[in-house]
Amino acid sequence: MSQAQASRAAGDSNPDRATRLKLYRTMLEVRLVEKRAYDLFMQNLIKGTSHLALGQEAIAAGFGVAMRRDDYTFCTYRGHAHTLVRGASMVGVLGELMGRECGLMAGKGGSMHLTSAEHGALGSYAIVGAHLPIAAGAAWSAQYRGTEQAAVCFFGDGATNIGAFHEALNLAAVWKLPVVFVCENNLYMEYTPIGAVTAVPHPAADRAAAYGLDSIIVDGNDVDAVYAVAMRTLARARAGEGPSLVEAKTYRHSGHSRADPGKYRPTREVEAWMKRDPLPTYRQRLLGLAIPEAELAAIEGDVRAQVDAATEAARKSPPPPVELAFTQVWADGGFAWRN
Amino acid sequence: MEELTYRDAVARGIAQEMARDQNVVFLGEDIASAGGVFKTTGGLLERFGPKRVRDTPISEQAIVGAAMGAAMTGLRPIAEIMFSDFLAVCWDIVANEMAKMRYMTNGQVTMPVVIRTANGAGSRFGAQHSQSVENWAMMVPGLKVVAPSTPADVIGLLAAAVRDPDPVLFFEHKSLYGTKGLVPAGTLVDQLGKAKVLRQGSDVTLAALAAMVPRALAAAERLASEHGVSATVVDVRSLVPLDTATLLREIQHTGRLVTIEENPRLCGWGAEIVSIAAHEIFYSLDGPALRITTPHLPLPSADNLEDAVLPTVDRIVKEIVETFD
Repeated sequence: MSQAQASRAAGDSNPDRATRLKLYRTMLEVRLVEKRAYDLFMQNLIKGTSHLALGQEAIAAGFGVAMRRDDYTFCTYRGHAHTLVRGASMVGVLGELMGRECGLMAGKGGSMHLTSAEHGALGSYAIVGAHLPIAAGAAWSAQYRGTEQAAVCFFGDGATNIGAFHEALNLAAVWKLPVVFVCENNLYMEYTPIGAVTAVPHPAADRAAAYGLDSIIVDGNDVDAVYAVAMRTLARARAGEGPSLVEAKTYRHSGHSRADPGKYRPTREVEAWMKRDPLPTYRQRLLGLAIPEAELAAIEGDVRAQVDAATEAARKSPPPPVELAFTQVWADGGFAWRN
Repeated sequence: MEELTYRDAVARGIAQEMARDQNVVFLGEDIASAGGVFKTTGGLLERFGPKRVRDTPISEQAIVGAAMGAAMTGLRPIAEIMFSDFLAVCWDIVANEMAKMRYMTNGQVTMPVVIRTANGAGSRFGAQHSQSVENWAMMVPGLKVVAPSTPADVIGLLAAAVRDPDPVLFFEHKSLYGTKGLVPAGTLVDQLGKAKVLRQGSDVTLAALAAMVPRALAAAERLASEHGVSATVVDVRSLVPLDTATLLREIQHTGRLVTIEENPRLCGWGAEIVSIAAHEIFYSLDGPALRITTPHLPLPSADNLEDAVLPTVDRIVKEIVETFD
């Protein structure tokens, strides 16, 4: 099955009503958890650093809703969204950011390493590009075991200029691995415009041909469009037709990290993208499709209550016991290196 | 018992584990059709097929990354990095990802992966294909580090590494590939973290690793016959976990410690053993500890230059005799 055929088989038709509501809810969950994370930072309840994906929720949500429960996610230090959309609990995510015992990793990983293996979220990787070959390996394992699972690997535009990106794309293409590489092109690699440091205009899509892959660009702020691409590329992966490379154009509302106010970005550019905020625009679309406002308001109230409850639970959770720092270096649970 | 080369022991060890467990897969550059650039993996493709024995591009990050992703999702991969010097190319995935994943996730992820690599000098390959880099691995929490010196240990320790649930760096010594040793028939499974006492003496304890083990044994023979010095020789075998119980017992028995290390001087594994001995059995020592290493140099290529910098039997004997003056 060619990629075009896979596309027809999966259907580029619009998602049904239930799926659309699920997409909206998922985006909203991510948005409100991350806004809460920002507030908790301001209250000094979250330490270290944090990289928010405010404005980029449609990509994680579109893929998250399209993925099978047993698929694998690999993401970056900007990975709160990708972990949440797989079903990791809000308490686990907020608790991890706050360094509490209830955190997904009981405070041993922090914001940049969110992982929920039971949900197939196999790690947030804080070294740019490192997880692309690792995702290829998980896809290799799925191929070897014949499970029709797929791996989805999210990364930023900056990662397209690191060697691991190219090694992973080539290996995945040569071995026809069931992996979807998703470049979230938010136009800036940290503080520098991606165009200023990249040889081609589309950092991912323009490289696809080098690995015999189709060039795929999607509006990363349109969750329906992302969902359609996700269904199509996941179907191709499961059909044994190999990897895909998707470039999703998007924009982060805030700076690179907690330390960055994002002042290097032109005001007009920011304003133009803020008008394309994936949440209000999708809400408008749903209203236009005759979904009653009350139904959306109910979802919004529900998610807000969920985030409040998760915040409270995380606040009440104690810090991890100090002994935990000396565990799980090895599979025997300990850290001994000598007898 | 049969006589086997260290080289053939590699393929036998891999085959033993692949035959036992369908989840064991093997990947690396030139390992399948070509049988390995050191001819260590011949016959594996024919026996286990291209699905389990896979040639890769020259992409070290893809090799160890793929091994890691596969290990996290149920397989037990063996990855080959052709020369240990090339670990520098993929060290991010080894040291930052593979080694830390279990810890960072508080035990959510298990990492049963083995990275085999040809380590060490003696082949006149120069500074980028001859290094002893086991200390790079030793200093990263989360990595186990093994370096066998005999064909039987290659098989037994490789089996132990493959069966271990944690990442293991398996350093084969390229100067030992042609050496022979007796190997028992049947399945061999050894234990990580166990040093082996190869020779028992009463005056000095020599701790050696990989290609320095046969040199330590030869030096011990000459110390006995030419200088009346009786030496114990311990093959350290495993740097992490480190068998300090055996090492400290044997050092206490003779009262003297000499480490024989192929690595450049600074931060070699021997320094760690000396430090442990100095702290824990200081009052059992009869003299200063001695580290015999390659000087802190990149390695030269010409025969006479390479021979001049590596610890030779002559240098080992000379330096030890001097400590008894």
